[in-house]
Amino acid sequence: MALLKSSKIISTVGLHPPLGVLSIRASSWWSEVQMGPPDPILGVSEAYKRDTNPKKINLGVGAYRDDQGKPYVLSCVRKAEAQIAAKKLDKEYLAIGGLGDFTKACAKLALGDDNEVIKSGRNITVQTISGTGSLRIGANFLSRFHTEARDVYLPKPSWGNHTPIFRDAGMQLKAYTYYDPKTCGFDFQGALNDISKIPEKSVIMLHACAHNPTGVDPRPEQWKEIADLVKKRNLLVFFDMAYQGFASGDIDRDAWAVRYFIEQGHNIVLSQSFAKNMGLYGERVGGFTVVCKDAEEAKRVESQLKILIRPIYSNPPMNGARIAATILNTPDLYKEWLGEVHGMANRIITMRELLVANLKKEGSTRNWKHVIDQIGMFCFTGLKPEQVERLTKEFSIYMTKDGRISMAGVTSGNVGYLAQGIHAVTK
Amino acid sequence: MPASRHFCQKVPQATPVAVFKLSNDFKDDPNPMKVNLGVGAYRTDEGQPWVLPVVKKVEKLIVADNRLNHEYLPILGLPEFRSSASKIALGEDSPAIQENRVGAVQCLGGTGALKMGAEFLRRWYNGNDNMKTPVYVSAPTWENHNSVFANAGFKDVRPYKYWDAEKRGLDLAGFLGDLETAPKHSIFVLHACAHNPTGTDPTHVEWMQVAEVMERRKLFVFFDSAYQGFASGCLDKDAWAVRYFVTQGFEMFCAQSFSKNFGLYNERVGNLTIVARDADNVRRVLSQMEKIVRVTWSNPPSQGARLVAITLNTAELFAEWKDNVKTMADRVLLMRASLQAKLQALGTPGTWDHITQQIGMFSFTGLNPKQVEYMIKERSIYLMASGRINMCGLTTKNIDYVAKSIHETVVNVQ
Repeated sequence: MALLKSSKIISTVGLHPPLGVLSIRASSWWSEVQMGPPDPILGVSEAYKRDTNPKKINLGVGAYRDDQGKPYVLSCVRKAEAQIAAKKLDKEYLAIGGLGDFTKACAKLALGDDNEVIKSGRNITVQTISGTGSLRIGANFLSRFHTEARDVYLPKPSWGNHTPIFRDAGMQLKAYTYYDPKTCGFDFQGALNDISKIPEKSVIMLHACAHNPTGVDPRPEQWKEIADLVKKRNLLVFFDMAYQGFASGDIDRDAWAVRYFIEQGHNIVLSQSFAKNMGLYGERVGGFTVVCKDAEEAKRVESQLKILIRPIYSNPPMNGARIAATILNTPDLYKEWLGEVHGMANRIITMRELLVANLKKEGSTRNWKHVIDQIGMFCFTGLKPEQVERLTKEFSIYMTKDGRISMAGVTSGNVGYLAQGIHAVTK
Repeated sequence: MPASRHFCQKVPQATPVAVFKLSNDFKDDPNPMKVNLGVGAYRTDEGQPWVLPVVKKVEKLIVADNRLNHEYLPILGLPEFRSSASKIALGEDSPAIQENRVGAVQCLGGTGALKMGAEFLRRWYNGNDNMKTPVYVSAPTWENHNSVFANAGFKDVRPYKYWDAEKRGLDLAGFLGDLETAPKHSIFVLHACAHNPTGTDPTHVEWMQVAEVMERRKLFVFFDSAYQGFASGCLDKDAWAVRYFVTQGFEMFCAQSFSKNFGLYNERVGNLTIVARDADNVRRVLSQMEKIVRVTWSNPPSQGARLVAITLNTAELFAEWKDNVKTMADRVLLMRASLQAKLQALGTPGTWDHITQQIGMFSFTGLNPKQVEYMIKERSIYLMASGRINMCGLTTKNIDYVAKSIHETVVNVQ
């Protein structure tokens, strides 16, 4: 419904049509477009930014902050950037699958240097637009080729963006029991019960470590039973690993479940993000891996992944991948990185302990053990939506409606105020 | 046996994307005389990639600035980038900008901008979720246009007449004819300037005729602007068509790429500019764009956008950038003139004026597939099967060889 003109005279070059014409406006192509609701996670930060309360705390997005509440650019990242700058590289397009130095190192990081999968060349790992981009490519790939089953089973609860991603790709979403609100811990039996009923060939999403949003991870013995059951049920495993290094502080420990499943013969698909563990959030660094039967199958899968990627963004951005590759492939930078990841994980563990100590000091009699038992960036406080709303409105403490707080946003400077607020809405 | 073994077994080998296969074949060719006239990226007269001097300068600024970090950008991208990028396309004094009815989404390159626009249209245009709306792309066009729209869910992607192979120019009558017969509300992908692959753009008068039909028949305008500045060397001249349509009151999308004109190919810097009836429509459109972004890449990469924003918003850097763009455009113009002159001097059969009449990075030589094959196999000169050459692949050192090879091919192969 383009503009209806009051005259048919075509305007001459560069001249603004007379006002009479502008005042006659037909309706817009977009009259029926509804206002979309704010993003449940990213919308929290936007609301936080608008808040003028000096005591405000942002516990929304999982972005690491130092003890001054400031974003933290890793020292190994700065060093890598300086090294890269000195090389005076060109800016030619990357291949559709991304930077080779990055994708190789990315796979090694997840699977382990000596993994048989990598040695036999039966994985294909492509560079993606961080974790979201990886999940999306994976979802598109499954949607197109895993035609025997349309269902993706997510843990209850899961990262809020999983559902819309898979849905938009044409998959159907189902859930399996995961979190036990009574214990604020893992409902192992509930999970096994539900998984045992999942139809064969369905896709099951597993969080490799530092489950988002609950921070509740299975123990190794529990992972073993899950792996066994999943094999019996003949399910396709999709691992989401967005926090490798962030959970325990140890890269290998955090990848244990992924490696165990592969050892047990599961040909998994895997999403990795370097947003958190390298602090490369805005550079959009991620990887998507398909573990195949053999190298020949991997080549075929690779060719199809490229076909999926090209009509979305052609090829991925260089900057972040180059930084990540430099760190992963330079021994002293890699060592420094491991230390920094360990440091970030440790600060979070300390904050967990401080929060519980402060809650006790406030006089809270509730059981807050889960705050310390949970792992990774997030804590599922157990707060109800009304309590969350009060925290936001009365205290300017921002978190997602499900009661998830990003421990990375807690500092020794604000933990007291946070404990005050939480106690106030829960006593 | 795990489920994944079953499904990957059936995954077929896909045919490689032609332009990348061409580059690979070129790489593997041992002939020292080989010339790559395939992929669309700028090359210096030494045949080397060129990082723009202004880009090097701004990169140093960024690395040195300790206040900068790697935090997430907003979903729609870096605000300073979005607004300055839209200004580049529409002009600083654009009535649409003054009337506050322009919005933008930072995207991953021109491809990403097309993708976002396509996904939005498929959900919200012409009766909501209307996958049957025809999408018209020029015949020929950048091959990825077809895939972008098809993958976004459009079931009916069709060609509109554009290139006249006989006269080696624009088939205006055919173009206008297709506009007249297209179902109402059809979406048309228009190349803002430096048409890829033909290098043939409508004249101002021809654009006016296109606009008249599109307005009368209620067709949707989706500009693809990947070469602004690169065509004539002047940003404003290259944006004439886009700006004309704005003054005619169209609501439209314009997918912008900064890959070529900033030489930022691998940083994936693009912008989807949205011109709507009013600010309220823009607001609602952007809110829905956010939903699409969130399930595709969550938020865009920061490095390239930062670089462009700093450049566009700093007077001396902006001036330097325009100069760098002109350097690239001028070299292309020089190669065009040179190639045309040499072919004429050789007495190569046929007319070769189209080489200098065409504009931008590409030229549709008019060589047929057999001749192209000959060029590749016998002369190690790599070009697309369509006969498209990238003028940037030509240098003062190889142009004689290329001219002679074209001559030999045209004479010996029919």
